[in-house]
Amino acid sequence: MSAAPKRAFTVVGRNVAKSDALALAVGTERFTGDFSVSGALSVAVLLSPHPHADIIRIDTSEAEKIPGVVDILHHGNVPEVLHTTAGQGYPEPSPYDTLLFDRKVRFVGDRVALVAAETKEASLAALGKIVVDYVPLEPLFDPERAMEEDAPRLHGDDAYAPLPVAYDAARNLAGEIAFTIGDLEKGFAEADFVEEQVYHTHITAHCALEPHCASACLDERGRLVVISSTQVPFHARRTTARLLGIPTGMVRVVKPRLGGGFGSKQEILVEPLVAMVTWRTGRPATYVCSRKEVFLSTRTRHAMRVRLKTGMMRDGTITALSMDALMNAGAYGPHALTVVSVAGGKSLPLFNKIPNLRFLGRSVYTNLPVGGAYRGYGATQAFFGLNQHVDILARRVGQDFLDYVKRWHIREGETSPVFRALGEGKEGVDQIIRSCKLDECIDRGAEAIGWREKRGKRLSPAPGRVRGVGAAVSMQGSGIPGIDMAAASMKMNEDGSFNLLVGAADIGTGADTILAQIAAEVLGLSVEKILVLSGDTDVTPFDVGAYASSTTYVSGNAVAKCAESCAAQILDVAADMLGARKEDLCLENGSVRDLRTDKRVAFGDVAVKTLYGHDQFQIQAQASYVGSESPPPFMAQFAEVEVDLETGKVAVLDFVSAVDCGQPINPRLVEGQVEGAALNGIAYALWEEYRFDGSGRMRNPSFWDYKIPTLGDVPRLRTIVVSSHEETGPFGAKSVSEIGINGPAPAIANAIYDATGVRLFDLPFTPEKVLQALRANVPGQCGAESRPATEGKEA
Amino acid sequence: MQGRFRVNGKEALWTFEAGATLLDVLRENGVTEVKEGCREGHCGCCAVLLEGVLVDSCQVFAATAMEREITTSRGLGDLRAPSAVQQSFVDAGAVQCGFCTPGMVLATHALLEERPEPTEEEIAAGLDGNLCRCTGYVKIAEAVRLASERRRAGGNCGGGGGCGA
Repeated sequence: MSAAPKRAFTVVGRNVAKSDALALAVGTERFTGDFSVSGALSVAVLLSPHPHADIIRIDTSEAEKIPGVVDILHHGNVPEVLHTTAGQGYPEPSPYDTLLFDRKVRFVGDRVALVAAETKEASLAALGKIVVDYVPLEPLFDPERAMEEDAPRLHGDDAYAPLPVAYDAARNLAGEIAFTIGDLEKGFAEADFVEEQVYHTHITAHCALEPHCASACLDERGRLVVISSTQVPFHARRTTARLLGIPTGMVRVVKPRLGGGFGSKQEILVEPLVAMVTWRTGRPATYVCSRKEVFLSTRTRHAMRVRLKTGMMRDGTITALSMDALMNAGAYGPHALTVVSVAGGKSLPLFNKIPNLRFLGRSVYTNLPVGGAYRGYGATQAFFGLNQHVDILARRVGQDFLDYVKRWHIREGETSPVFRALGEGKEGVDQIIRSCKLDECIDRGAEAIGWREKRGKRLSPAPGRVRGVGAAVSMQGSGIPGIDMAAASMKMNEDGSFNLLVGAADIGTGADTILAQIAAEVLGLSVEKILVLSGDTDVTPFDVGAYASSTTYVSGNAVAKCAESCAAQILDVAADMLGARKEDLCLENGSVRDLRTDKRVAFGDVAVKTLYGHDQFQIQAQASYVGSESPPPFMAQFAEVEVDLETGKVAVLDFVSAVDCGQPINPRLVEGQVEGAALNGIAYALWEEYRFDGSGRMRNPSFWDYKIPTLGDVPRLRTIVVSSHEETGPFGAKSVSEIGINGPAPAIANAIYDATGVRLFDLPFTPEKVLQALRANVPGQCGAESRPATEGKEA
Repeated sequence: MQGRFRVNGKEALWTFEAGATLLDVLRENGVTEVKEGCREGHCGCCAVLLEGVLVDSCQVFAATAMEREITTSRGLGDLRAPSAVQQSFVDAGAVQCGFCTPGMVLATHALLEERPEPTEEEIAAGLDGNLCRCTGYVKIAEAVRLASERRRAGGNCGGGGGCGA
């Protein structure tokens, strides 16, 4: 629907520098914590030491005696408003199972009380003086047990789902979605053979370097202003107002620069705390999570168990496939339904020629840290199993993995019934794939990694070390169709520049720059002339926020529409000024040119005439966009690994990502998204992991014990951007922020198998696990693979 | 207690608690380009140069930094005259969220002062104490190489920082 280019791109497709990059490199840009809020109270939060307990008494009398303590909040003195912390559209598809402070704690790290004091020292000292009497309850850690009759129950009868979706607190069921297409039993019966495996993914952390933080104050007229590190300013405003029991319009949420999100800040966790303190005391308040609090108390990537069962003919035709996903939601259910829904919804359409298909996704409560949105959003967990499964199937019928995928993946002009079957809280949307260059991604990636030379060769650079290559393919989406809405507004200034106001939240992705490039391209203007302001609920129009890979596509389309409206107004005025017909005019280099006479009028002159001439008005526009479909980006990723047979250590030597995200608006920013996601995915595959003790307490809540990669950990890491044209996207673009994290784990698993003939079904692939699997000399460590070990050599 | 601090060539008299970290004292006094990412001495977001040596300011008692030259990213260059390192981070696309960038820029500066033409291993070692979750480091390494070239070519240095070789 975007502006059809009448000329070669001048801004789109260029590596324009991020508009905030220089100020960030110098250090003048401001993040939430960099706004000095004078006289702000320091907020500290008491976390539960128990995985599951009733609070029978909270005594704050000693804490109140600490000099400087101003307010203490706990379940006894804040309103009980059931809500979800998920920052999603309203009503949210997540259950309302959470109170700001509750009488019950449900995981180690759950919030018990809050102290607001004049200094950080005082608030921390007061925390230590709060006496809480707990009655421990039996904890539930095993998601497989969660729905059993005698399992401990986490949530009471009052918890509910605001949308008509499956939810049953009595059975610890935080969300469920299922569909069947065709006749599964018939499909399995027709098959020449059936493969069945079980894959497990684990709990990990986002590790945005800026911890969750927010400040609040009252403005001159008593309205509440919240500055927050949030991906979802408008959802944060709505939920905060609801928890305080005040009208939405009484709250302003401002999103400054953000120090990374990756989904962790699609959660309304810190805003209500500072807002509540400020509303009660009239004093500004600020809260910055410690790194330990971020690990213990915020949100994680959900662990998932995915059982895949496939019936296949000897020629490779799949007759039936069943995916049964059980997700560990943790103690509360933000995103519990939608992440498991996306697990099926974004993975199964990739292989769209399966006549008999079943998906069952269930999300269950446990007394472990709470899962949330995390880049990839369930697709990552599903593709881990699915890509290994396809590798197993292709090997079984003697076909190369890449050849097999190329024969069976979804293509341009095709659809999948899964698109309609799986939505996010409601039915999905039918869509035809209009752009898919996955074949080219596969071919170019294979060439780069040296697939034909290395696959199945088991090259050994030294005794005890062996190499292999593996691949994985994936898709994601571009926003949630029919749900995600973005709006933009623009106004023209005397010098021909434009202010572009968007609700979209640039969380470090470069969204502000991308959106400026789209507007500049429509207007034939240089990108510096588009002045972007984003994510301030008082100033900018609405946008759901930065999630679901929505910004480039959904917000980008809103910006394109808005800019087109401004362009039309410019042409009207310029036609008059030039004495020309509109259809003879074009916009280029910040001026309007009459194609017949070659006469020009500069944008600045147009603006001055409209602002100061006769019958003045301002050239300005606003536009909204909601996607009726969600065109998926596609990706093929390749890993070359070296396995040390003595130690079990897996080293990634080379990693290639080839992506089709439509027309890249800014190729370098595309590469940046893909490389960041790929490295995050590699660490997810090899070592990052929440480790728990027997009482559900995370044992490694620091960067010393939860290692994330440094520069020295980076393998050769390459990105190939394969251009396509998505006709519904702005200038042909699709979104790209999440997809790159889907492939590393399965590509590495498939490479380990290629090297050793041993298949790993459980993430992460720590040396201990790899060695155990190697020594067991059976293919796999859990979920039996139905083939003898020797078969691994046939590839 | 009170102490005299020298930040980016400017002197200031600040009051602080005896046990305060340099990170807290800097940020409380408006030196907010020094970021707090972990307070564990691991992420490098709070890095500063103390007499030219790269340190995590969360691991330094403010009292020990008194009367010593403290350099932050703003001491290397400004918006009108960024340092070669800062401009290279922009040009290489090494800045995503930018929370790690002031520390990365300082680490790169310190590295290039020591090793004007670093090897890949030296780049990895030099930036080992600075975490980035956004970029995958590919473009950060490119920025370091680009900055090395530019500094050696002598151009585009800007700012108040030493331009090394």
